[in-house]
Amino acid sequence: MAFSDSFRHDYHTEIEGIRAAGLFKEERYIHSPQSSEIEVEFPTGASVRKCINICSNNYLGLSSHPEVIAAAHAGLDSRGYGMSSVRFICGTQDMHRELEKRLTQFLGSEDTLLFPSCMDANAGFFEACLNERDVMIADRLVHASIVDGMRLSKAMQDTYKHSDMGHLEEKLSEHQDKRFRIVITDGVFSMDGDTAKLADIVALAERYNAMVFVDDSHATGFIGATGRGTHEHCGVFGKIDVITTTLGKALGGASGGCVSARRELVEMCRQRARPYLFSNAVAPVIVAGALKVLDLISTSTERRDKLEWNTRYWRGLLKEAGFDIKEGDTPIVPVMLYDAKLAQEIAHDLFEEGVYAVGFFFPVVPKGQARIRTQLSAAHEKHHLDRAIEAFRKVGKKHGILGLGRKELMARCAA
Amino acid sequence: MDEIIPVVRDYIIREYLEEGDDRDINETTPLISSGLVDSFSMVSLLRFLEKRYSIHIPDEAATPEAFNTVERIARLVRRFQKTEVGSV
Repeated sequence: MAFSDSFRHDYHTEIEGIRAAGLFKEERYIHSPQSSEIEVEFPTGASVRKCINICSNNYLGLSSHPEVIAAAHAGLDSRGYGMSSVRFICGTQDMHRELEKRLTQFLGSEDTLLFPSCMDANAGFFEACLNERDVMIADRLVHASIVDGMRLSKAMQDTYKHSDMGHLEEKLSEHQDKRFRIVITDGVFSMDGDTAKLADIVALAERYNAMVFVDDSHATGFIGATGRGTHEHCGVFGKIDVITTTLGKALGGASGGCVSARRELVEMCRQRARPYLFSNAVAPVIVAGALKVLDLISTSTERRDKLEWNTRYWRGLLKEAGFDIKEGDTPIVPVMLYDAKLAQEIAHDLFEEGVYAVGFFFPVVPKGQARIRTQLSAAHEKHHLDRAIEAFRKVGKKHGILGLGRKELMARCAA
Repeated sequence: MDEIIPVVRDYIIREYLEEGDDRDINETTPLISSGLVDSFSMVSLLRFLEKRYSIHIPDEAATPEAFNTVERIARLVRRFQKTEVGSV
């Protein structure tokens, strides 16, 4: 047997080490569709209980929308269950082409290529489009999938302090001897919920002759007046060279991602990106659902408007209650706790009060920056948020953290 | 050797400390294990050292442990400076 007792023992020790450090993550089993209220079994074997869900990426509340489900059913009936092929062999249907065209229009780019996920899009893009003569200059808080994708490329890597335009300018100036320069950022940063200074980044990129890459996974569908994303919000729609985004959050929440970019860059991905060349095509049912999502959000801003209202309301409630939250105006609202164990205890207590939220700690966020990342959805009604804040207040009071700022919270944890 | 430490320390402060962060960075302040520098942002430090001191630091030597303090980084630089001289 290859997996000997000594292998098993060493891994067991490492896993117990994670548990002892208070960094162990556990799944909770959901017995209902994704929504603002869900039915949860936790711990395993416990009775299923109804909770308000305040931690999903279901920003527009479309993950279980009846029209999206109906469209997905129609897609199954007309185009089958799976493609059993990568795209370039026999895995491209007319619906894939249609979805790519619709995403191109929606995002304001020149062409789009679907990937099995945005993680795959980020894994494939840099290696396909850059070489050792180029440099990638990334914001230090970009998503993990971008870090992984950059490491696969032969281009030089560099980073700039988070959202620091002065530092970015130094790096752009330093790398003028390279063939291509590309500035890489999230549109909305997934852990802190802040927005990239895209107008400044675009201006610097124009001055120093660089491309701009934005992963807009936490923005597509709801950021900007018509939900096109961070580029619309920042007044630079049509000026971003590469957008990667996901269909797995606001745009239905199933799976799938894309590179939406200058046509030559998309063609390079079609020819060379390994996740595109070697991974199965997005299933027809997903494509059909995503097309319906685009129909819904292209004809009305009602959902993103409601999300915006919910965001303002929730941020106000948390501040009034005395929680330390990251400033911003996106529906990602981190409640800062700094200590991993405290984050887990509070998440546990919130669950007991009927609110589902999860503690985030190392390695998902840096050590000493643990939090509960709350996320709003257009599926939340005012009464959900009123009920949720009551639970937060009760739990916050129990742990004595209300009204404490960063220094006091960190000192409390160190004690 | 003494010249290396202040140069490395100044670079770390300029490159990694956010504005308003006035924490003390001395020869033994943990850089990697404290999270101030991570493996992603470490590449610019590596490139700075190679350019400034005209050395090459192979991947197997550029470990988080070797980069964890200013003093250890200086030691690494000296080691590869000697290697470069020895190879002439």
